[in-house]
Amino acid sequence: MRGAFFRGLMDLAVRDDRIYLLVGDLGFGVAEPFLQKFPERFLNVGVAEQNMTGLATGIALTGKVVFTYSIANFPILRCLEQVRNDVCYHKANVKIVSIGGGYSYGALGMSHHATEDLAILRTLPQMTVVAPGDPVEAEAATGAVAGHEGPCYLRLGRAGEAVVHRAQVRFQIGKAIRVREGDAGTLISTGAMLRTTVDVADVLRQRGIALRVLSMHTIKPLDTEAVLAAALETRAIVTIEEHSVSGGLGGAVAECLAESGKLVIPFKRLGIPTGFSAPPGTQEYLRELCGLSPAGILQELEPLLERVLAPSFSTPIA
Amino acid sequence: MTETERVRANTSRRSSELLANRLRRRVLAMICRAKSSHIGSVFSTIDLLAVLYDKILRVDPSCPQWSDRDRFILSKGHGCAGLYAALAERGFFPQSWLEEFFANGGRLAGHATHWGVPGVEASTGSLGHGLSIASGIALAGKRDKLSYRVFAMLSDGECDEGSTWEAALFAPHHRLDNLVSIIDYNKIQSFGRVDEVLKLDPLAAKWESFGWAVREIDGHDHGQIEQALQTVPLAEGKPTCIIANTVKGKGVSFMEDQVLWHYRCPDTNEQRLAFAELERS
Repeated sequence: MRGAFFRGLMDLAVRDDRIYLLVGDLGFGVAEPFLQKFPERFLNVGVAEQNMTGLATGIALTGKVVFTYSIANFPILRCLEQVRNDVCYHKANVKIVSIGGGYSYGALGMSHHATEDLAILRTLPQMTVVAPGDPVEAEAATGAVAGHEGPCYLRLGRAGEAVVHRAQVRFQIGKAIRVREGDAGTLISTGAMLRTTVDVADVLRQRGIALRVLSMHTIKPLDTEAVLAAALETRAIVTIEEHSVSGGLGGAVAECLAESGKLVIPFKRLGIPTGFSAPPGTQEYLRELCGLSPAGILQELEPLLERVLAPSFSTPIA
Repeated sequence: MTETERVRANTSRRSSELLANRLRRRVLAMICRAKSSHIGSVFSTIDLLAVLYDKILRVDPSCPQWSDRDRFILSKGHGCAGLYAALAERGFFPQSWLEEFFANGGRLAGHATHWGVPGVEASTGSLGHGLSIASGIALAGKRDKLSYRVFAMLSDGECDEGSTWEAALFAPHHRLDNLVSIIDYNKIQSFGRVDEVLKLDPLAAKWESFGWAVREIDGHDHGQIEQALQTVPLAEGKPTCIIANTVKGKGVSFMEDQVLWHYRCPDTNEQRLAFAELERS
């Protein structure tokens, strides 16, 4: 996704001279082409995320579109008050990009696990929260956030994520992408869990169970229409995110379902249990530990699907 | 003093000094009406604000978003009563708005807010934000080849914040000589004297060592303030830091140099005495 982001950003910067890129002394090996081509619109601010975010606000207040770039929690939590007071309160055209969502940097330890970011960022007024599902979405999302007036948070994976979309996608902020059709149930994925989610759906399809898969690349504003349609048209909803089960995609979908007032549907949140991960490990290892491997997800889904697909089960729609 | 004597005295005074006196009286009225405080922290900045808005800032109240305007950012957002009063004096909005300071549903919040308030460039209130925002605006000005300057006013307590020093490192590195940091060095912060809470001295040497061109002035001497601000940048290629030695509560004798007036709102008798002193001065 990192490569896709920089491709998207370079394209934008060629067409739009308002685009600035600020990095917090990170991006070695990937940010250089931008620096070489647009030195007047690039800044390495040093290891100083608070200043980076304030600077970005100031530059944006003069009419620019400013991307800030760092990894994991650094561009958001280290400078959360600058994000809230400076970027959000001023409705500044700042796009915060974090590489390393979830356990992308798993083996580097707790400091590099971005596992509460979606929950925290989606509570901030004015903030749009986007977590694309694969490199194709990531490149499209880069253009979409640049064109979206106001503060945005773009949560990316790292590098080498598998491509899910074989063609260009119609990417619209706040509109989920339907990746698989089906009515047995709906899997809603955000961020880099999309590949795993689609793989799980494909395994079940081979067993004759057709699941709908939504790539919910925008956490805020949430595509509530897609969630409610899934609730009406399919028999269960399961959210899948490489993020704490508290307050992220699962939380947002749960709020939407509960407040709809009309729908009662079997619902489950799959994600990272609250608490820090104890051992270090690769992304794959840590995902497996918290049940986010294909096998782990299948294990959660099977009893749920068995129940809702039983002839005796009737969807309790009030 | 007779009326004739007063008029004669006033004509020999600088317009910024007369403005400063009006601002202090307006601020006193605002704070008493609002039953708020921070009056000591506002009064230490008033002479600086008066010179800035009377003599220095190239701003146009009829076009507050003019792209080449000078920017003033009050990083010490708790001192906003003085800023609001100065903006009203310059005609950015009607004086009547000052009555809405702290009021339910009013426009003027108790820390500087730009929402719906022409002339306020940035909303502040949490310390350590303003110099970064100012540096961003200054950098964009350089890269856009515009001639505006950016002035940020910081409190001394605000120099405890690490983010202030992140910005202090940044601006000289990028040769932002269109940036001026004015430190309201009244030597009292929330819990006591700066020297007792967290020493800043030698403050000028710190800013100099970070690469700023520094001048220390008496922050209540309008001649010194104007002379310093008229000559920025003090050195080509360097941001300017004006360390303004000030007195908390300046202008009302019983408020001067007292930590209490960070918090206290004058009671009826104190209001009367304070207004009387300001009327005489």
